[in-house]
Amino acid sequence: MKEATVLLDPTAETTPAKRERVAPPASLDGKTIALLDIGKARGDVFLDQLEEGMVSRGFKVKRYAKPTNTKVAPLAVAQAIATECDVVVEALSD
Amino acid sequence: MPMISDGLIVVAKSDCPTCTLLEPVYRELAASAAPVAFYSQDDPAFPESIDEVLDDRALEQSYRLAIETVPTLIRMEGGQEVARTVGWDQRDWRDLTGMGRLGEGLPEFRPGCGSMSVEPGMTETLAIRFGDVDIAARRIEIGPLEDELEACFERGWSDGLPVVPPTEIRLVRMLEGTTRSPDEIIGNVPPNLVPCSVEKVAINAVLAGCKPEYLPVVLAAVEAALIPEFCMHGMLCTTHFVGPMVIVNGPVAKAIGMNSGGNALGQGNRANATIGRALQLVIRNVGGGVPGGIDRATLGNPGKYSYCFAEDETDPHWAPLSVERGAAPGSSAVTLYGGEGLLGSFDQLSRTPESLTRSLALSLRAIGHPKKAGAHDALVILSPEHFRTYRQAGWSKAQTLDAFEEALRIPGSELIRGAGGIAEGVPEHLAGETLSKFRPGGLNLVRAGGIAGMMSAIVGGWAATGERGSEMVTKEIGT
Repeated sequence: MKEATVLLDPTAETTPAKRERVAPPASLDGKTIALLDIGKARGDVFLDQLEEGMVSRGFKVKRYAKPTNTKVAPLAVAQAIATECDVVVEALSD
Repeated sequence: MPMISDGLIVVAKSDCPTCTLLEPVYRELAASAAPVAFYSQDDPAFPESIDEVLDDRALEQSYRLAIETVPTLIRMEGGQEVARTVGWDQRDWRDLTGMGRLGEGLPEFRPGCGSMSVEPGMTETLAIRFGDVDIAARRIEIGPLEDELEACFERGWSDGLPVVPPTEIRLVRMLEGTTRSPDEIIGNVPPNLVPCSVEKVAINAVLAGCKPEYLPVVLAAVEAALIPEFCMHGMLCTTHFVGPMVIVNGPVAKAIGMNSGGNALGQGNRANATIGRALQLVIRNVGGGVPGGIDRATLGNPGKYSYCFAEDETDPHWAPLSVERGAAPGSSAVTLYGGEGLLGSFDQLSRTPESLTRSLALSLRAIGHPKKAGAHDALVILSPEHFRTYRQAGWSKAQTLDAFEEALRIPGSELIRGAGGIAEGVPEHLAGETLSKFRPGGLNLVRAGGIAGMMSAIVGGWAATGERGSEMVTKEIGT
């Protein structure tokens, strides 16, 4: 494995070197929520209950699934979530 | 530091015929009373006659001793170097060692070989490795599995095209392109008015793909963009198409291989492509001018990736643009102009300057809007075949500009709002006036292009010109 590479910051260095996560929305009002089943056993049971609770509170929910929990989400699934939803909940369960 | 403060230092490598020729000399030195430190650059088992060869495969001592040629013999006294000789010069070696019969039977002279510490690229590598490079920029370590190009994209350093990852070695090499100190602040870059050092410009020049010899041009371009009259901040914020166009004049253009000929405004020339790009990347990365942020362009134009070319100065009949604008003849300079995309003007039949001027003026009327006057500037980039028409008629540049001014005086009645059934236009009270399409000094001429093609390019300017917007600016290029 090659060594880590050091790059020199070309910017004004006014932001942290470590990239920050996108801040969560202040409210879920009007947002579309993606529920992603990553393919683990009983993840669907957890997401079914989550969806039921969210819908009952008036949120718009869309369901997605990975074919297998052993690999990252296929590009098409990731793109669909990014373009159709505002936030995503991944079900991690066993 | 050298292992010896009083005595002799020899630096050699086995891959050097002169170094190996001197095996008997090394044997004599080892047998003498003089303290000798022998450094081998490539093989610690060389030379055989020395028991304790000092391994300098890391080249640290070679670097610190500034060895350029092997073998090198140095005499040290009190920790200070007092004499050195390179290659094999029997008299020098005898003088330096005080051994009057040293190398008896060997040829009197043999040149040495290049030191491994000065092989191409090695000096910078060693300078970084041994801590002699002072870099102010923040170092960002990326993971061993992280793709360097993708890391640059993800950190927002790119204009949308791949950039060259700005490593320490690339920065050190880039800085060799200028005599200026890396910590020199060249100005405050808009929109965030961030103080910008030569080093920061150099890092962005690396990103853009520049060669070190382009750096003085990039520095001049950035400095020109910071001249208040150019109004870079406003040009960035505007919804208009414009971005900074860089026109290079003088001997530097030829020296660094810029294109002023065929496809000068197109792709394919590294200097043209990367100098303009470096300027844009400085504004993006240092200044914080990012599309969708401060950059509010409605459509922008492809030149906002890079908009840079050299003027064709092969015919001295017209002064170069930079000289016309006050730069010393024979000097190198950049001129910045806020330009939108180009409009081609195609005239294959005009054979007199009068006809060609009227013809090009028709196209010039479209700049901004055909019913507007006095708002936008324009730059005409005359191709060689169009320039020839003026040249053969003996017209000077000033005479040509006067003819354009005359051809671009338009009755206000044609331009007022509502005329032609078009709401756009100048205010109705100007109906009785004759209006000039361009403000004084608002039209400029420059030459470029391939030898075939009776067509020229017209580049419209920003809607805000002169004191209320942007002025063309020129800056001489330093070293």
